Amino acid sequence: MPDLSVNIAGIPFKNPVTTASGTFGYGDEFSDFMDVGHLGGIFVKAVTGRNRDGNAYPRMAETASGMLNSVGLQNKGVDHFCREIYPRIRHFNTHIIVNVSGSTVEEYIEVAERINELDRIPAIELNISCPNVKQGGMAFGTIPAMATEVTAAVRRVYRKVLMVKLSPNVTSITDLARAVVDGGADVITLINTLLGMAIDAERRRPVLSTVTGGLSGPAIKPVALRMVWQVHKAVQVPVIGLGGIMNATDAIEFMLAGASAIQVGTANFIDPAASVKIIEGMNDYLVRHKIDSVANLTGALRTE
Amino acid sequence: MEVKKRVQNLRVKENIRLNKRHFILELHSTESFPLMLPGQFVQVRVEDSPSTFLRRPFSIHSIDYTHQTLRLLIQVKGEGTRHLSGRQPGDTVNIVYPLGNSFSLPVTKEVLLVGGGCGVAPLLFLSQFLAQNHIRPVILLGFRTRDEVAELEEYARYGEVHVITDDGTQGEHGLVTDHSLFQRERLPFKKIYCCGPDAMMQSVAKIARMHKIDCEVSLENTMACGFGVCLCCVTPTDKGNERVCVEGPVFNINRLKW
Repeated sequence: MPDLSVNIAGIPFKNPVTTASGTFGYGDEFSDFMDVGHLGGIFVKAVTGRNRDGNAYPRMAETASGMLNSVGLQNKGVDHFCREIYPRIRHFNTHIIVNVSGSTVEEYIEVAERINELDRIPAIELNISCPNVKQGGMAFGTIPAMATEVTAAVRRVYRKVLMVKLSPNVTSITDLARAVVDGGADVITLINTLLGMAIDAERRRPVLSTVTGGLSGPAIKPVALRMVWQVHKAVQVPVIGLGGIMNATDAIEFMLAGASAIQVGTANFIDPAASVKIIEGMNDYLVRHKIDSVANLTGALRTE
Repeated sequence: MEVKKRVQNLRVKENIRLNKRHFILELHSTESFPLMLPGQFVQVRVEDSPSTFLRRPFSIHSIDYTHQTLRLLIQVKGEGTRHLSGRQPGDTVNIVYPLGNSFSLPVTKEVLLVGGGCGVAPLLFLSQFLAQNHIRPVILLGFRTRDEVAELEEYARYGEVHVITDDGTQGEHGLVTDHSLFQRERLPFKKIYCCGPDAMMQSVAKIARMHKIDCEVSLENTMACGFGVCLCCVTPTDKGNERVCVEGPVFNINRLKW
């Protein structure tokens, strides 16, 4: 049996397969379909300082090999998360990582401080890359100086592992990666959705209420692979890769490009058991290639 | 009792063409069905094609627990439904089900069902369910035109059927809200269940409000997952944006911002 475990910034994961924020709810929505305890970890839905109703409907457009969304960080706020949701999911036999979002540096700090108090949450994922909110969100993730500032501000108050999720909507992803490492990030996760747009020609109107939205699914996988590969070469911290992973082969490709772990996102919508199937498929790959440990795949791409 | 959702391959038993735009897929399960309720829906995987990436939601048209079959009434709208319309007996269809809430059991026997177009789909299952509870509803079905009128004898087994067509080629002439059933000072109903295009449901809701009749509608917002995690299908309610796939698809009109 190959060893599927990985260690990321000191946190031992039973396997490198986790689920992406915004595609897996708080995990318990999937308990009919699988044992979430099989997963390496769960990145739960974004948490902000206060209740957010999100954007108006329509929020979704199907596109070729993917979908656009403009949910806009709908959630009931950090208070509700700590009181109502955390007690419900804290017993999961997997790592729960909270995606922390905000409109201001102060809001990021406030949420991070609250999550820091929760003993079963070993890390947060700072979301400086949501394309669907008017203020904050992606702005922090597209200007290197702002990315450093917000990361450093959260670093000062957050004692556990700090992950930062990067936006692909930039000219140089490595500049942003270095900026968040300078700010104190322990781990980089990438990529968030690509800014896109869908039009209904018959009605001559945008499909989404917000006109633009975030593209996810297999359509963005080549972009994601390229960025994981670039960032892995540019910084020393571990990278968690995501973007259109539908099956084990996709997941292996991200590991080869430099990811230490991966997140399954949009695939969860189509096959709610996709993530556990990916774990099985990765195991089969390792057996077939006689590789002892999945960790040996990270960055093992042969480019010569 | 909470019914577990599942992902399952069903076998196409029959593909019944009703008219140019509508067909029924009858699906057979080798395992016994979970308990399903009227108003609930299934998410159908179309195929592994880039252009039909997401599942397609369809409300349950009818169920036969004895023969382990369920029917979906589908309107050909785009590439996904066109592809499904070509499914043959023996083909496999992968579904996630049962999803969503359901119509509530009425506390009255004076019940009206109003369906428009493909929105009639969940009303047959609801009629069956009401019949099991000894309620014989009045069923008003609106269609575009005579060619699209279908399955009247099915509905007639469970209630008193009225038809109206947009062009007057069968039954009365006009929109469902133009039907003579509604042209009375006092309507003899204490509960209305409605499913169809938004504009139609809003007009029916208006009538229900005017006559102080309790009314439930079934929404069909576009969705990605169908089980509550993508938050794409929300509708504004008295509790903020709620998910049509979990808190709905059935809502009492008092809860909607209509």
